[in-house]
Amino acid sequence: MGGKLFKNFSFFSATLSFFILVGIFSILFSYAQDSLHEFGFDFLGSEVWEADEDDEELGVFGGYIPLVGTMLSTVIAMVIATPLAMGIAIFLTEIAHKTLIKPVSIAIELLAAIPSIIYGMWGLFYFAPIMQSAFGGNGVGLLTAGVVLAIMIIPFMAAITRDSMNTVPDVLKESAYAMGATKFEVIKDVIMPYSKGGIIGSIILALGRALGETMAVAFLIGSVMQIPNKVTDATTSIPVLLANNFSEAEGLEMSSMYYLALILFVVSFAIISIAKFYFLGKKVK
Amino acid sequence: MNRLLLNKIILVLSTLSAVIGISFLFWILATLTYKGVSSLHLSTFTQDLVNGGIRNLLVGQFTMALIASAIAVPIGMFAGIWLREYSNQNKLASIIRNLSDVMMSAPSIVIGVFVYALFVAPFGNYNGFAGVIALTIMMIPIIISTTDNMLALVPKELREAGIALGGSKHKIIMQIIIKAAKVGITTGVLLSFARIIGETAPLLFTSANNQFFTMDLTGQFPSLTVSIYNLATYPDEASRELAWAASFVLTAIVLIINLTGRYMTRNKK
Repeated sequence: MGGKLFKNFSFFSATLSFFILVGIFSILFSYAQDSLHEFGFDFLGSEVWEADEDDEELGVFGGYIPLVGTMLSTVIAMVIATPLAMGIAIFLTEIAHKTLIKPVSIAIELLAAIPSIIYGMWGLFYFAPIMQSAFGGNGVGLLTAGVVLAIMIIPFMAAITRDSMNTVPDVLKESAYAMGATKFEVIKDVIMPYSKGGIIGSIILALGRALGETMAVAFLIGSVMQIPNKVTDATTSIPVLLANNFSEAEGLEMSSMYYLALILFVVSFAIISIAKFYFLGKKVK
Repeated sequence: MNRLLLNKIILVLSTLSAVIGISFLFWILATLTYKGVSSLHLSTFTQDLVNGGIRNLLVGQFTMALIASAIAVPIGMFAGIWLREYSNQNKLASIIRNLSDVMMSAPSIVIGVFVYALFVAPFGNYNGFAGVIALTIMMIPIIISTTDNMLALVPKELREAGIALGGSKHKIIMQIIIKAAKVGITTGVLLSFARIIGETAPLLFTSANNQFFTMDLTGQFPSLTVSIYNLATYPDEASRELAWAASFVLTAIVLIINLTGRYMTRNKK
């Protein structure tokens, strides 16, 4: 009797994540209806975001600026983070002395544990002024947001890459060394090809994380509705626009906010699924 | 000759990456300590936000995270138990496993928007309850994945011994398997708690914030992280100092919980 209840409750709990995901999609989709009807896919290419002061059911809204801001800040972060994360993973698997591996790993994992709002605080008051004196501009903008985003995703990317590099059998590496290969050649010709799936998977997962990151970017991207002409220009991103303006929006503008959230949700869903299914393989043991 | 040189360059660059990574950690921690400690006073902990302290914010943040854990831990553990012990690794189990992984990486701000639509908009006001729900949704997939992975490490022989003793399936699970995986699961719970207690985005428009001390989950609820975001944007020096003090306290809490969790597994193995 108790066993049946136990089993049923486990099953119910397991299916809950499915219902939550379906719930998120349906809620976002249905609340975005007005905006979807009004603007359709033109929403993606329109730069105008103007509410009508007299009638909340009017106004013109387009998601082009936050979309571009999201993509550019993510690209900057990926360009900086990928080589550094690979370097850290290589250091941890192939270079570091045994006594160093543990403390360095813990340090990198702690970097991942720091809440994103702390990155925002530190970035705004300490990092932005440095960026300003180095690159000009306001200090806050695309580049600063991208660099701090990079620092945030490096530990994540490095950890998964390290794990997949650790799965390379020692025999393979040893045979390459026996042939006279240098460390770099072993990394390039044995480790990289062997752990390719895991490495690409980690890069894509980090990409998904950078796209949805809110608080640090909210401090650092400038939150201005404009197309950036230079990398130091302020702009905005989908999560930042939601964080700052969602609660004050009404009517059609609110619906357009849900539209943006829907885009972000669908894109990250797609990215994470690709990373999981094609590169990281199914985790079932 | 060139290949040896190239080898050197790559090894130096890799080491340099590790140095850069660690420097950022120390830079951030040093900044926080320096700014945080100089802004901390005894009154920071005894006063509420309205009087320039963080007492109500700490209580609020912990209350929401603890209630969220109280909901998410059992649900996530039962889900993990189903995946590992009851599903026979069928198609549905692999779908649920993957969906839960996807949910773990879903942007937290989107979860905030979702919870707003369900639990804030219909009632017309921000409420602590909605904040709890948002944190619960963030926590469930982490607990599922931890439980699932930890149960997978429990040797088959333990299950067989339980069956040989004539135990019913749920008794074997509760009294043998969960006990064997206890340390790993506890670590997972601590790590995920450390993660949700530092979350801001899902709380922005669910619990929002409150300047006063309150335990009433049906109204706006005090949040440490949301307060940091608000305080940092105020121009006056006092607000900024309080933001630094709050940031320091938050980071200390998160890192201590995180390290405690790691230390537990380290000790056992």
